[in-house]
Amino acid sequence: MSDFTSSFWPMFITVIAVGGILGCGLLLWLTSTIKVESSDGDNTSGHVWDENIREMNNPLPRWWVGMFIITIVFALAYLFLYPGAGSFAGKFGWTSANQYDDEVATANKALEPLYAKYAAMTTEELAKNADAKIIGERLFLNNCAQCHGSDAKGNLGFPNLTDSDWLHGGSPEKIQETIVNGRVGMMPPIAAAVGTADDVKNVANYVLSLSGSMHDAGRVAAGKEKFAVCAACHGAEGKGNPDVGAPNLTDNIWLHGAGEAAIIKRVNEGKVNQMPAWGSKFTPEQIKVLTAYVWGFSNK
Amino acid sequence: MSEKPVDKTAVKVSEKAIPLEDVKVSLYKAQAKIYPKNVTGIFTSWRWVMVWVTQIFFYGVPWLDWGGRQALLFDLEGKRFYIFNLVFYPQDLIYLTLILIISALALFLFTAVAGRLWCGFTCPQTVYTEIFLWIEAKIEGDRPARMKLDASPMSAKKLFIKFKKHLIWIIFSLFTGFTFVGYFSPIRELAGSYLSFNLGPWETFWVFFYGFATYGNAGFMREQVCKYMCPYARFQSAMFDDDTLIVTYDTLRGEPRGGRSRKATQEEHKLGACVECSLCVQVCPTGIDIRNGLQYECIQCGACADVCDTVMDKMGYEKGLIKFSTQNALANRWTQSQVMQHIKRPRVLIYTAILGALVIGLLASLWIRTPFRVNVVRDGVMGRMTNDGKIENVYRLQIMNGTELTQHYQLKVNGLKDVEIEAEAAEEQSGSDTHMKSIEVKPTESRWVIVDLKVPDGSLKSGSHKIEFEVFSQEDKDTVQEKSVFLVPRN
Repeated sequence: MSDFTSSFWPMFITVIAVGGILGCGLLLWLTSTIKVESSDGDNTSGHVWDENIREMNNPLPRWWVGMFIITIVFALAYLFLYPGAGSFAGKFGWTSANQYDDEVATANKALEPLYAKYAAMTTEELAKNADAKIIGERLFLNNCAQCHGSDAKGNLGFPNLTDSDWLHGGSPEKIQETIVNGRVGMMPPIAAAVGTADDVKNVANYVLSLSGSMHDAGRVAAGKEKFAVCAACHGAEGKGNPDVGAPNLTDNIWLHGAGEAAIIKRVNEGKVNQMPAWGSKFTPEQIKVLTAYVWGFSNK
Repeated sequence: MSEKPVDKTAVKVSEKAIPLEDVKVSLYKAQAKIYPKNVTGIFTSWRWVMVWVTQIFFYGVPWLDWGGRQALLFDLEGKRFYIFNLVFYPQDLIYLTLILIISALALFLFTAVAGRLWCGFTCPQTVYTEIFLWIEAKIEGDRPARMKLDASPMSAKKLFIKFKKHLIWIIFSLFTGFTFVGYFSPIRELAGSYLSFNLGPWETFWVFFYGFATYGNAGFMREQVCKYMCPYARFQSAMFDDDTLIVTYDTLRGEPRGGRSRKATQEEHKLGACVECSLCVQVCPTGIDIRNGLQYECIQCGACADVCDTVMDKMGYEKGLIKFSTQNALANRWTQSQVMQHIKRPRVLIYTAILGALVIGLLASLWIRTPFRVNVVRDGVMGRMTNDGKIENVYRLQIMNGTELTQHYQLKVNGLKDVEIEAEAAEEQSGSDTHMKSIEVKPTESRWVIVDLKVPDGSLKSGSHKIEFEVFSQEDKDTVQEKSVFLVPRN
């Protein structure tokens, strides 16, 4: 409990909570009897208001008072066992966070036999297993779909997982590595190394020609010369390099936008793109199922 | 109200006699046990009819089957509620709300017409108390025997009688608890696990909790529940008016009350019809004297009216010294038909009209209810450009099949020209001659379907476009529409 920097507020809360409960008990005791002015049996307290409104003495049943006492005892026991009295954590040490952890642990334990079965299966088998696919879909929709889309086809800046174009390799091992550790894709701003703005435009048109996209054929030859700078990562033929996450430029798949303008922008400005690491979020068994599910998108 | 001088002296005298601080009374009252005497008669017979009707319903309905499953089953874990041929989802909560409103209005109506009818004849508290009292009377005897037994010191015989009573009460209560849980957990399986002591923790808790509540409320708390715990008891009293039928004592006819020889004539004894036999007090399950007028404790069971009629018969007097009548009827000496005419008053007619409208509304909405539901959740990103030059948006459709048959659903989108629909779950239906792709959803299950919508680039302005998904069920020929938007990014 470090919600408050001063110890005044926890004390304040304790006094109100405990004092309130004890106050209820005191009130119950103090009001247990009432004075009546006469004993002639008219069953009123003798007070008369507004000429004829009398306060009747209709007693509460005693068992009802018993219930009041039970609630007071319950409240005190509760404050002793559970957090409620200021910074006192309670004898049970209960918090909503550890209740959640307990529930997750219970759920995981219930799933253990199922995952044990999956542990013995290969990725190929898992990708075809109907139950594993349902689990994989749940994991994907709850954790991955926010960026990659519910249909896993990605969006601008977020790779499509259903084609066979993989920035960092599409083998089950590589996919698992990507999920567990995340990835950082880094294209440096390289315009200076390429040369003038015109050179950059030439390179862009050469790159477009690699995938047969619309380009200015007159600039291709000049661009090809300057492409040597890019080849260090993207390879001499522009087919990319999964080891450094350099995309294949020949397959007409454009993660950050198609067309001359988009390519020139990337050459001028570079791009850093990140996939977060999910290793701590999932259990190893879940990662295996999720890997198989993702692998299955492009390996039907 | 000005006090009379006589009263003042009386107070002064008592003040002198007992000093003020000595007259202290407890505000908390120990409860005196009530021993209602057995009674027979028209109202008692009606109450027993209602006991049988409600209890045959309560204990019988869980055993009814409907197409291979329990006819009435509230599956809380699966979040499906089966009521005969209908299957409800938690999303159908509105129907429960409607039923509760209808019940409340029905209570208003019956209360305005005939007072606490519900309390006296159908409330579970009354019904179970009646059953428990019947068992009690069978074992311990009628009122005097029970009072004598309770007053006598503990003996082996008394212990045995009490043991027998509580044993039967507890068996009955546990069966009641079991039946209650049978509405939420299939009762036939439950019966097996109940008898083999193999209940789940929650089933055990509820069987015993409901059983304990039955035992405690019907065996011990009885009228205390009505007097101190029940909110309906109090607000029903607030709905009475002077034309409401209530259990009344005809003071004009009854007073002055007093015992008399049956041979004595009216001229000789100069008494009213009340012979002061006190039977009306002895039969009262809440322990009041109806001759003091309308009281909040009165649950209008009519036991006093029944017993008084038997006495009037014996005396050769006219029946109905205590009867269901209205305040106005007593004051104005109305006949039975005049009382009946006053039932048709604005308050009753308005309640009836609202109640009728709600019942018709409920039935109509159940009639036109589509047996499936659809939710549309659009992926939270802008539309994207595909390699073939189209704008694509992604949606998740949740289709909830509320029938007990496998259903096939077809998808249409309104509001987009030249739209291409791609639903990953849609399959060519085998054996279908329509050659349409459809989405299969198993009985009472819900399924998430991912749907891609594509339009040619340039066919729409950038921005948000309203669209509507139209889902058609092939088997039921029902259609559900659900709104969404299609987003086109700026270039």
